[in-house]
Amino acid sequence: MKYSLYNLVKNSFSYHENWEKAWSSPDLKPEYDVVIVGGGGHGLGTAYYLAKEFGVKNIAVLEKGWIGGGNTGRNTTIIRSNYLWDESAALYNHAVNLWEGLSSELNFNVMFSQRGLFHLAHSVHDMQEITRRGYSNYLNGIDAEILNQDQVAKKIPHINVNGRYPVLGALLQRRAGTARHDAVAWGYARAAENLGVDIIQNCEVKGIDISNGKVVGLQTTKGSVKVDKVGLVPAGHSSVLANMAGFSLPINSVPLQALVSEPVKPILDCVIMSNSVHVYVSQSDKGELVVGAGSDAYNSYSQRGSFDMIEHMMAPLVELFPIFSRLKMLRSWGGIVDVTPDRSPIIGKTPVKDLFINCGWGTGGFKATPGSAHVFAETVFRGEPNDIAAPFSLERHFSGALVDEAAAAAVAH
Amino acid sequence: MSNQNRTIYGGKVNREKPINFVFNGKSYIGYQGDTLASALLANDVHLIGRSFKYHRARGILTAGSEEPNAIVQLGLGARTEPNIRATEVELYEGLEASSQNCWPSVNFDIGAMNNFLSRIFPAGFYYKTFKWPPSMWLFYEHFIRKAAGLGQSPTAKNPDRYEQKFYYTDITIVGGGISGLLAALGAGRSGCKVLLIDENPELGGYLLDYNFSINEKDGKKWLKKIIEELDGLANVTILKRTTAMGYYDYNYLTALEKVTNHHVEFSNTLPRERYWRIRSKKVILAQGAFERPLVFADNDRPGIMMASAGQKYLSRYGVLPGKSVVLFTNNDHAYLTAFEFVEKGAKVTVVDTRDLLNARISEKCKLLNIKVFKSYSVIKTYGDKKVNRIEIQQVDKNQNQLTGEVENIHTDCVLMSGGWNPAVQLFSQSRGKLKYDLKINTFVPDKIIENQKIIGSNNGQFNLQENLNESFEAGIAAANELNFNSVEKVNWTGKEEIEFTHSDVEPYMLGKKKVTKGSKHFIDFQNDVTAADIFLAQREGYISVEHTKRYTTTGMGTDQGKTSNVNALALMSHIHNKPVDEIGHTTFRPPYAPQTIGAIAGRSVDKLFDPVRKTSIHEWHVENKAVFEDVGQWKRPYYFPQNKEDIHQAVKRECLAVRNSLGILDASTLGKIDLQGPDAAKFLNMIYTNAWSKLEIGSCRYGLMCNEHGMIFDDGVTSRLGENHYHMTTTTGGAARVMSWLEEFLQTEWLDMKVFCTSVTEQWAVLSISGPNSRKFLEDLTNIDLSKENFPFMKFREGEVCGVKARIFRISFTGELSYEVNVPARYGRYVWEKFMEHGKKYNITPYGTETMHVLRAEKGFIIVGQDTDGSVTPSDMNMDWIVSKKKEDFLGKRSYTRSDTVRHDRKKFVGLLVNDKKTILPEGSHIVEKALKQPPMKMLGHITSSYYSPTLGYPIALAMLKDGISKMGEQVVVPLMNGKIIEATVTDTIFYDKEGKRNNE
Ligand SMILES: Cc1cc2nc3c(=O)[nH]c(=O)nc-3n(C[C@H](O)[C@H](O)[C@H](O)COP(=O)(O)OP(=O)(O)OC[C@H]3O[C@@H](n4cnc5c(N)ncnc54)[C@H](O)[C@@H]3O)c2cc1C
Repeated sequence: MKYSLYNLVKNSFSYHENWEKAWSSPDLKPEYDVVIVGGGGHGLGTAYYLAKEFGVKNIAVLEKGWIGGGNTGRNTTIIRSNYLWDESAALYNHAVNLWEGLSSELNFNVMFSQRGLFHLAHSVHDMQEITRRGYSNYLNGIDAEILNQDQVAKKIPHINVNGRYPVLGALLQRRAGTARHDAVAWGYARAAENLGVDIIQNCEVKGIDISNGKVVGLQTTKGSVKVDKVGLVPAGHSSVLANMAGFSLPINSVPLQALVSEPVKPILDCVIMSNSVHVYVSQSDKGELVVGAGSDAYNSYSQRGSFDMIEHMMAPLVELFPIFSRLKMLRSWGGIVDVTPDRSPIIGKTPVKDLFINCGWGTGGFKATPGSAHVFAETVFRGEPNDIAAPFSLERHFSGALVDEAAAAAVAH
Repeated sequence: MSNQNRTIYGGKVNREKPINFVFNGKSYIGYQGDTLASALLANDVHLIGRSFKYHRARGILTAGSEEPNAIVQLGLGARTEPNIRATEVELYEGLEASSQNCWPSVNFDIGAMNNFLSRIFPAGFYYKTFKWPPSMWLFYEHFIRKAAGLGQSPTAKNPDRYEQKFYYTDITIVGGGISGLLAALGAGRSGCKVLLIDENPELGGYLLDYNFSINEKDGKKWLKKIIEELDGLANVTILKRTTAMGYYDYNYLTALEKVTNHHVEFSNTLPRERYWRIRSKKVILAQGAFERPLVFADNDRPGIMMASAGQKYLSRYGVLPGKSVVLFTNNDHAYLTAFEFVEKGAKVTVVDTRDLLNARISEKCKLLNIKVFKSYSVIKTYGDKKVNRIEIQQVDKNQNQLTGEVENIHTDCVLMSGGWNPAVQLFSQSRGKLKYDLKINTFVPDKIIENQKIIGSNNGQFNLQENLNESFEAGIAAANELNFNSVEKVNWTGKEEIEFTHSDVEPYMLGKKKVTKGSKHFIDFQNDVTAADIFLAQREGYISVEHTKRYTTTGMGTDQGKTSNVNALALMSHIHNKPVDEIGHTTFRPPYAPQTIGAIAGRSVDKLFDPVRKTSIHEWHVENKAVFEDVGQWKRPYYFPQNKEDIHQAVKRECLAVRNSLGILDASTLGKIDLQGPDAAKFLNMIYTNAWSKLEIGSCRYGLMCNEHGMIFDDGVTSRLGENHYHMTTTTGGAARVMSWLEEFLQTEWLDMKVFCTSVTEQWAVLSISGPNSRKFLEDLTNIDLSKENFPFMKFREGEVCGVKARIFRISFTGELSYEVNVPARYGRYVWEKFMEHGKKYNITPYGTETMHVLRAEKGFIIVGQDTDGSVTPSDMNMDWIVSKKKEDFLGKRSYTRSDTVRHDRKKFVGLLVNDKKTILPEGSHIVEKALKQPPMKMLGHITSSYYSPTLGYPIALAMLKDGISKMGEQVVVPLMNGKIIEATVTDTIFYDKEGKRNNE
């Protein structure tokens, strides 16, 4: 049933008892053309585009827990495309373009809210960084405005521009913003299922069967399955899956935490990121401040972080917004992020034939979800990456052709 | 009339001490010892706020920290605070509070319209609509945002102060109810260091509100004695008004202590709250349990509250919340409250879902004239802003149906009890595993992970007698396990008039059909999640508990589901016809209760947010009107304006002074690392790209450090002081990073190397003097022979300067004859002043970082982090000469053979001169292949450094340019954001003194 105001009103007469399942829970079939491992936004989206744009019929998404339960449902939902390097700009901007039509495309409101994002600059060096990135964005056709201190103070009520590290300026991307994370997983799942994709939860992949260098099947907690092609999209557990297939990845898995405050009436209507003071914050539609910062120092798969990271989020938050000091932290949580040496993702082929991987999104892949899924679907379908995906091959870690966003801009998320 | 609901006697409030307070603009009087909630109830105020989504009238549900409904805006101005639970606020003189989420007032709230439209607002409605047209979402969202949120954020800076405390103890006990107290006593008598934490202002927990006996005597007196003994034990620390918030790995607890929140005056000496960070060898959880609401239609009206809350308001505060009371229960224990209410003059009717009743209870009810409807359920309630009538109907448990006539009862207060849920949040945070207990129908602790015990009703044990002895023994055992001697066990006989029995969680499944049709059976009060919403979520496939939670938002309010979780799970179990264990539960995450952000930030605010590092000469710079720049934590003079000069004028003057005579720079912030050990040279060979084995004692060498990818990450000059002794300098901003880089390799990769690294950045003040007159100037002040022959470029000498022991390095970052004079930091300012005095004849000119940048750019010297960005190799910077071809290995080496690093069209470091000789290119602007009217334009590189050169009289720039070396002399274009296009010529990077004569003088 189509989601619309009309149907909402209509269904209210039957007490909403006639809505269909957004997605069902079919049994695992013995054989698939394509299996996607990992039911996060990237995996579900890949399945959706494979079915929708490439007409693949027999697809399954295997998720070891509940869909969206990985980083997709744990992130601070910042979406932007103002990356420094051309390669990243192309990839993330492809995503932002898709974000803009995603609610209609999926017939599911993912609440993509382009409320604008400010990267604050606190030193001469920061100003140089945002200017360079702003120029690079501008020349790549990505919206960028470089603001001075007065403009920042005017545009962001209540910000403290005269703190220990004064705000000297900011890089503003108006097309940036946030979206509702769960809705992205659910929307893709529902739309994918409508196209015949099997979404199978509580199904963990435990082994990868390879014959003559080609992937042929998967061992799962729900039995084994034959496959023609496999796309691995397991985020924090990428190295674990790669191990099963006999290769290793240049990835560290570390906890990244985030938290929300109690909900309050609207007080902050844009997204703020500061690298030097190190915190980022936005206010959700529910009214909660959504806050994040750096990742934990130790590798882990535990989805738990340590408290000092929380302290290191709260002090910068109060420094930038002294008015938030009396608000209360309501809930904190952690996700396991897969970090590559250059902080750019790995999309493409693996040493195993017909086994593809999309991972390494680390602390900042939510924003890429539709773009990543879209280019990865094409990669899986054609067996070769397209122009946008090509620079992000696993191979670059051997050739040295890194897309080093970390080094140059040191901006994560 | 005031305090009309106050009983004539009873309660523990101090009736001698009236307290004035204001709620929604109206003045009221309460008593010392009241909470805001009890004082409001005493004054017959039941309507406290409006709910999140439907703006339903809401009152007071509980009497503690689990309250979902009675949340208010507390205080005014900069001290206002949203979402404060009225049930926890201790009344103080002048307190002002108001309702939230309502407009224009809580009584007449426009938003209440939502309640009438609620049929089209089921769970997740927003996912199904507001999608069209896409461009309108921001517009819709504006209204959604306005409607959401609860209270208001303050809009002024918080005037209050928060402290933090680290604490180490043998045993931390969370919860000061009877179990916690006795555990503390057991451990305390054994001599352990014990920390006992309770969130309430008074110890005693649940037993404070109920009658019980110990050894057949009044239990309250016994309780008092226990607390007195604990107070007297020096090894026991008691923290009241303190909530344990987070339970992290290895028994690391965080707790928030309210220090002055309940006082009128804001203390100048005490913080408002204190944040505790506690490490303990053992933790004993004794947090007790929360009473569980029952789920029936319109169970959210003001006047409907938990039975235990009614009990507490009556017995502790002397407040009778209603005169004509209905108790709706599924267990025996709640009858105690019915009896108490009758005793204090209320008329009580009981609706019990069970058909069999304990004979003693039946008898007592008869005696007290309490009418009991057995096997009945409340099915609906009425009343606009407060409950005034309920409907009840008989229950047919076998058929799982309601049967018979609907009967009406008029009432002004409904007390409900659906059993009890242990407060397992902290236990669960500590990774403890839960299991579902079918007898008491709730989750109880199962498997413990940490070094921990969990006792009393927190552990699902509700029998007083058993708790007494087990808790005390748990305390002794904990001490024992930490090697403290055992103390004698004690046998108490404890009795409550009515013992806990098991309780079911079923009433909402009665009349299952009705649940989804129209009327609202609330599960999560604060987030307005109804049973119908849970049904809807299951119907639509949001079946995993996490999906149900996220789709309906149940358990996501500020109470974090303390009253709602178990009911939601039990309902899911019912819908799927599966045991609750198989449904599972969501993860409990810190904090246990909302905690003040400012308290977590503690003293890391304002000036203390991050330390300010100052050189020993800093005050001189301040006195001489330097403008400062933040470089990492350091404050560095940016420039020294004289007589209203702007930055350009000042920098011009400073530059020319250095080129023509003598300048002085405070270079103390440069990172300095002292390296010692027999393997120091070997180590340097690995760390730097060039060769170090042959560096002689007394010589200096410039080095580049690269990461594993072969990319430049720091640079500096390292000098050999002795056989196995080196002095390394790093960039100011990179000092700490380099230090940990060195340590990382020494500690994890090259364990066999004998090298010690010591940061000596702050031990030395560095005065860098530069300019053609620097030798002449310095000669007068030192015993070191400065002659060109005896002290050539890139050498180091020790001696005295101005009578102070000094190290002089003859190195230059300006291209002029320069000396870096290092003196112990405490002499920094002394020597600086001597220099200034003696330098007058050379017009000695202090200069800042900007001049330093300009001077080095004129010479084409790189600044790591400005001209490089972590993606450039030494070769990209035209510095192949610094990469050893002979060394077997060094960090980055393997990368220089990678296909991308040997690529010929990589970006190279070049100079740029603008053709108009006027425009200063913005640092960060880009060179494009072809300037077009509009982006996109293909980029070839970017401007890394750009200045007006006072020495040359025109602007110069440094840039990274694709295949730059082969573009020497070519024209390039730089489009600016304002539409201008700047043309420039590619040159090499050295603009001044290309032969490098000046510093070799
Ligand atoms: C706290 C936090 C804040 C963040 N903030 C932002 C932000 O503001 N902006 C942004 O753009 N990004 C952010 N990110 C990063 C972002 O969340 C991720 O990059 C992105 O969501 C990754 O999506 P995914 O679909 O690849 O991974 P996931 O959503 O993690 O999905 C991977 C799935 O694979 C499943 N899986 C793993 N192993 C197996 C197996 N063996 N068998 C079957 N299934 C398996 C997992 O259960 C999981 O559901 C943040 C991340 C965190 C943790």
